[in-house]
Amino acid sequence: MGMTVVEKILARAAGQPRVRAGEVVEPAVDLAMSHENAALVINQFHEIYQGTGLEPRIWDPSRVAIIFDHRVPAESAKTATNQKKVRDFVSRNGIAKFHDVRGDQGGICHQILPEGGYVRPGQVIVGTDSHTTTHGALGAFAFGIGATEMASVWTLGTVLNLEVPGTIRVVANGRLGEFVSPKDLILHLIGRLSAQGANFMAIEFHGPAIRNMSTSGRLVLCNMAVEAGATSGIVPADEETVRYLREEAGVGEGIVPVTPDADASYHQTMEIDVSRLAPQIACPHAVDNVKPVDAVAGTKIHQVVIGSCTNGRLDDLAAVAGIMRGKKVAAGVRMLVFPASWRIYTQALRAGYLATLVEAGAVVMNPGCGCCLGVHQGVLADGEVALSTTNRNFQGRMGNPKAEVYLCSPEVAAASAITGVIQDPR
Amino acid sequence: MSVTHTTDDAPVVTRVVMTLGDDVSTDAIYPGRFMATVLPNETPQYAFADHPEFRALLKEGTMPAGSALVAGSNFGCGSSREQAASTLRGHNLVVVARGFARIFLQNAVNLGLQIVDCPGIAASAGDVLEISAGAVFNRTTGQRFAVRALPPARQAIMKAGGLIAYTRGRLLTRQP
Repeated sequence: MGMTVVEKILARAAGQPRVRAGEVVEPAVDLAMSHENAALVINQFHEIYQGTGLEPRIWDPSRVAIIFDHRVPAESAKTATNQKKVRDFVSRNGIAKFHDVRGDQGGICHQILPEGGYVRPGQVIVGTDSHTTTHGALGAFAFGIGATEMASVWTLGTVLNLEVPGTIRVVANGRLGEFVSPKDLILHLIGRLSAQGANFMAIEFHGPAIRNMSTSGRLVLCNMAVEAGATSGIVPADEETVRYLREEAGVGEGIVPVTPDADASYHQTMEIDVSRLAPQIACPHAVDNVKPVDAVAGTKIHQVVIGSCTNGRLDDLAAVAGIMRGKKVAAGVRMLVFPASWRIYTQALRAGYLATLVEAGAVVMNPGCGCCLGVHQGVLADGEVALSTTNRNFQGRMGNPKAEVYLCSPEVAAASAITGVIQDPR
Repeated sequence: MSVTHTTDDAPVVTRVVMTLGDDVSTDAIYPGRFMATVLPNETPQYAFADHPEFRALLKEGTMPAGSALVAGSNFGCGSSREQAASTLRGHNLVVVARGFARIFLQNAVNLGLQIVDCPGIAASAGDVLEISAGAVFNRTTGQRFAVRALPPARQAIMKAGGLIAYTRGRLLTRQP
């Protein structure tokens, strides 16, 4: 019996010839990512060393990445103080993969890691953020952990007591229609699986629709795999992965794709024909409350949010600008755009997308996560409805439990921004 | 407490103070707007900040240490924020749920929050539960529910008193 991609990656990282779903392993970590919550990781890291007589020492500072993105620039003295604490720690410990609040290097962690060339197929990546699953798009096994677990990784360089997850194999056939995007595919899958249908599992993506999909689209799929409860999403690396890493991430060496064995054992296989997929929408207050957009068309909206670690990439901004060109954001609607990184911001600026959006009435914000999780900018009023390309719509997610959030693709969001009501872009 | 589900643990008796449905997210347990507060001794004040029933219990002081929350499946889904575990740990609550989301489960074990994975649990506020290694007995209704043991890998961390102590032990044995 062969191995899935995740089993192969974990076998290599644990120094074993083979591993099986359910086995407990202690894989070596290739990359350990944190954002502002590094402040808590630092605290727990020092706790570990307490009473040991040893000097706290990160196992390998070159494998630690810290990116400020959740509250940038700082929205409060408390955040500013935490960021300062992290900055001091970074410089004392020689952490080079540090992305501060700067236009020439900053952005959302789940965009910085891929575009910065930090991710390779076959790696084990952990992050103190549930959407760390994103990096599976490049063929890595990437998953979210808590701050204390990260402190343990910083100390030992391994994940202690990790159970090898079983794998759900998703085969996407056909070709996505016009104005139908990877976001619609993943929303549809989450609706089918439910918010817990993939708990403790990895999701491996296959099929012609995935082979023909850009890395940008694959990042969307893997980003939201966690919304079905998955430990990680993963697209086995292929020619597109190599192209992205070489051409867009500037990676010259060390790209070795890991693919599953033909006789690997899967927990479940799901097939889907994406040719027949209509634009999808996740309705309040659950990411698995997914319907075709038509089912809620006409619902009045007050805020449209484009961006985040899910849909803030250049092709997303291009699609939105294409729909908004020469049009206006409806009266009574606020449209906020958060590019996923400053590199993307600059590319969109040069391509004219940002000018198109501003002229249409949108507000282009700096790259960051704050709005998605209600910690910084774009908080909703009581009774308001947001239509967002982000990844979560739990009650209170955008900072107000008396507001509602719908999740959709950039195309649906843009078409709806013009009419002021939820609308199928086709 | 019976969280390690080893046979030598004595049963624990606890009263249910609140019940919750499926898919309780970490946004509900610890809303994002309080995420700049990270230290375990500071997070308890924001537990279920937008949940009127929980806040009323806190205000009335009718949620003594050791009280139980009973929830449906996929408790703690969503964000990896560890504050969701530390805030409940700070109130010394026991969470009995039909299932837990992975990251929350690991955070709970790592921080020593008492969780009981009990797929069939049925209980109402006010019920008295007797939690032992293999089962939860609802004394009020007379029903008994099987407990799903934590994976052995997690039990080892629980027994060590959490991941900080566990990692410290590993660090010390690794030194030459």
